[in-house]
Amino acid sequence: MLKTAMKWPSFRPLPAVEMQIKITTLDFNPWQEIQAYQAGNTIAGKFGATSVFVGTMRDFNQGDEVQGMTLEHYPGMTEKQLAVIVNEASAQWPVLDTLIIHKVGDIFPNQPIVVVAVWTSHRGDAFDACRYIMEALKAKAPFWKKEQLSTQQNRWVEKNTNGYANDTKDYTG
Amino acid sequence: MSIKVLYFASLKDILGRAHDELDAAGITTAGGVWHQANPNRPIPVNTLVAVNMDYVDIHAHVKDGDEVAFFPPVTGG
Repeated sequence: MLKTAMKWPSFRPLPAVEMQIKITTLDFNPWQEIQAYQAGNTIAGKFGATSVFVGTMRDFNQGDEVQGMTLEHYPGMTEKQLAVIVNEASAQWPVLDTLIIHKVGDIFPNQPIVVVAVWTSHRGDAFDACRYIMEALKAKAPFWKKEQLSTQQNRWVEKNTNGYANDTKDYTG
Repeated sequence: MSIKVLYFASLKDILGRAHDELDAAGITTAGGVWHQANPNRPIPVNTLVAVNMDYVDIHAHVKDGDEVAFFPPVTGG
């Protein structure tokens, strides 16, 4: 019995989680990126659900007109933390594949900032994992926004909101 | 060898620099890194700390060769 137990280490690494994480200074079209990524992945016939979140820059924040933003990030830690988040999601839901794209550098209203796309067999897992990844990205991925206001003032965004226009609501996971 | 210190976003603006290189001698924690690099300046409330790109608390152990980063709450997405 002991021999059998010793044959298998107590820690067995989980299978590699499929994902692509892209941090880019270039403008991107989220729908083309998702289509191209799905065409290249190896899960055709396996997935029955794709849940997508696209974040787009507004022209207002905290009651002020915003003309543009600069997104700073911590190269290396950003990718590392996003991979941790995808692995956390995959430990909770059976995720087949994940695509994350996040813009850095200069960005202007109506341009996409972030895409999170999650492929799963069933819709509940896709919705939940996509939401988890997006909320964890907002809380943990080291990006920072500096806004350029219409008054020509610049200001760092100090913290992310709860994600609802009605700020008494909350996401409880 | 030494400890590489990074600052980001508003903290970088406040300090007027993006990085420091410290002699690791006598430094044992992330908090010690801050105080050696920024003597007489308390660490701002809500500052986040990472060692080698993993989140830690201010009491986390650091060693020669580590990369220690200080930054404000993140605002991506």
